[in-house]
Amino acid sequence: MKHDVTPLLSVKGLVKEFQLKAQRGGRRKRVVQAVTNVSFDVARGETLGIVGESGSGKTTVGRCVLRLIEPTAGSVQFDGTDLGTMSFDELRIVRRQMQIVFQDPYASLDPKMTVGASIAEPLVVQGVAGDHDEKVVSLLELVGLSPDHARRFPHEFSGGQRQRIGVARALALDPALIVLDEPVSALDVSIQAGVVNLFADLQERLGMSYIFIAHDLSVVRHIADRVAVMYLGKIMEVGPAATVYENPSHPYTKALLSAVPLPSPRVERSRHRIMLEGDVPSPVNPPSGCRFRTRCWKATELCSQVEPTLEVRAGGQLSACHHPES
Amino acid sequence: MSNPILQVRDLRVTFHTPNGPLVAVRGTDMDVHPGEMVGVVGESGSGKSVSFLAAMGLLPKTATVAGSVVLDGHQLVGASAKELRSIRGRLMSMIFQDPLSALNPVHRIGAQIAEMLRAHSKMSERAARSRAVELLEIVGIPQPGDRALQYPHEFSGGMRQRVVIAMAIANSPKVLIADEPTTALDVTVQAQILEVIQRVQSQFGTAVVLITHDLGVVARVCERVNVMYAGRIVERASVNDIFEAPTHPYTRGLLASLPQAGVERLVPIAGFPPNMLRPPAGCAFRARCSHAIATCAESVPELTVIGKSESACIRATELMKTS
Repeated sequence: MKHDVTPLLSVKGLVKEFQLKAQRGGRRKRVVQAVTNVSFDVARGETLGIVGESGSGKTTVGRCVLRLIEPTAGSVQFDGTDLGTMSFDELRIVRRQMQIVFQDPYASLDPKMTVGASIAEPLVVQGVAGDHDEKVVSLLELVGLSPDHARRFPHEFSGGQRQRIGVARALALDPALIVLDEPVSALDVSIQAGVVNLFADLQERLGMSYIFIAHDLSVVRHIADRVAVMYLGKIMEVGPAATVYENPSHPYTKALLSAVPLPSPRVERSRHRIMLEGDVPSPVNPPSGCRFRTRCWKATELCSQVEPTLEVRAGGQLSACHHPES
Repeated sequence: MSNPILQVRDLRVTFHTPNGPLVAVRGTDMDVHPGEMVGVVGESGSGKSVSFLAAMGLLPKTATVAGSVVLDGHQLVGASAKELRSIRGRLMSMIFQDPLSALNPVHRIGAQIAEMLRAHSKMSERAARSRAVELLEIVGIPQPGDRALQYPHEFSGGMRQRVVIAMAIANSPKVLIADEPTTALDVTVQAQILEVIQRVQSQFGTAVVLITHDLGVVARVCERVNVMYAGRIVERASVNDIFEAPTHPYTRGLLASLPQAGVERLVPIAGFPPNMLRPPAGCAFRARCSHAIATCAESVPELTVIGKSESACIRATELMKTS
């Protein structure tokens, strides 16, 4: 923990279920548990990376933290107060402190609003007094755009610039936490680097915390202090980024890392690759016991019967596995 | 080296837009040799996909294609629809990022592969069906006999991409164009699909052109690499030389912008790609290049041999010495 002992955000036993339409002829309503019993803390000024494949629940976690969708169970404590018990009005005040940046910089900006109006909108919604234009100018400068961009419209900007506009809007209320949901995956690599640097610089200057949700493991390694690896709605492993990447404890983490192609032909040729069989199982019908066991080369009878819990490992990370790598 | 199976010369593709002509590919030369895996990398709008859509004759009528694309002795630019139909799927196939749009949702998988076989050879329906099952097995689909009777929606993304690969190789083409084949897939599934493509290449001697924006994928599977920027190839070299001794400032910039272990701060490329409706004079990269000099604006640099690489930068030799 960098600054304060109490975490800025504390998530405990988070569960999110979605009702599916009953199958034709079927009577039973089906339920997907997108997130199952997920707990984690985010310290002040820290970046927690959440990685996982599609269907792992990483985006749902981000939305539940902001209560953009209602969690089915569990608690989310922000700065010591439980968001779950708050009324809508109370929540609105806390939301000044928590913002989100979305993946698609084209869909997340209103094409009919000037950039300045988009950036000032959170100030208007929250009824913040003062000169909004001045604030917009300083926000544009903060994200590396020019003040006269405020009068222009989103279509006049490239993807990377639009993402900067989205970041400026998220910063308008001086939040303590920003959920970054795949914030650079729609950008070309040469542009992505600039936006990643922007996140790092802003954190250094303003000291906010990030939850950085991404499927790109290399980007997360670069930016995150700690990483949570999710699979089928559960955290498989969580710990300091360097430990998780260099000494993964969970077989899934190990396989995931070994699948990532690295931009070095020499490294690629000499790497030992763990090839996972098949696809991620359907979250409607997750495997019994450990959810990863159907694709795990270490799975035993025990794994199908007893669900492993997160335990502290030698490297300092937590992992949920009966047969950990370390 | 053997004669190229696919020879692209001075390929130019122009789209006629309401805002005027947009030259998406501005004179591309490329050779693909039998059985090799060659990468084409570049960012959005670099012309990497359009080049090969043009080669396949798959562009809409708003596009004008000039230059020459010779595949196994057949000139594809200006070929009739009938000629192209007989070549596509037989001598050269293409797979795309989204396998679902390549499959017909209302036909069984096996029937779709069989149709591909029967389109190009006199084969009985029955023989085609059983060959379809064999092909599904080759691309690693478990229980291929049962799966052949299922519909596309019953397959996962990775399995669909395998089905599309099975269709693409049904007639043992000489060249397989794979356009971002793993971009929509999760990383563990991507690893599987890359392995299937490598297996096809080695088992059938199919030359593979892998179009991707992912330099990691290129490093894993390609032997030679073409780097495209603003409609031209700016560098071409073996995969080792591209990553270890890049000669073009754009290639170097791309590599420096990648997050890698041990890199504290990323180095983005300044600015953004040029508007192709009004491409700049001279080198298209010069506005973003920290090494640009006045001469760079004078003429479009051609690919020239620099050591073991080919580079379209007039300062490449000089810059190699200083780094």
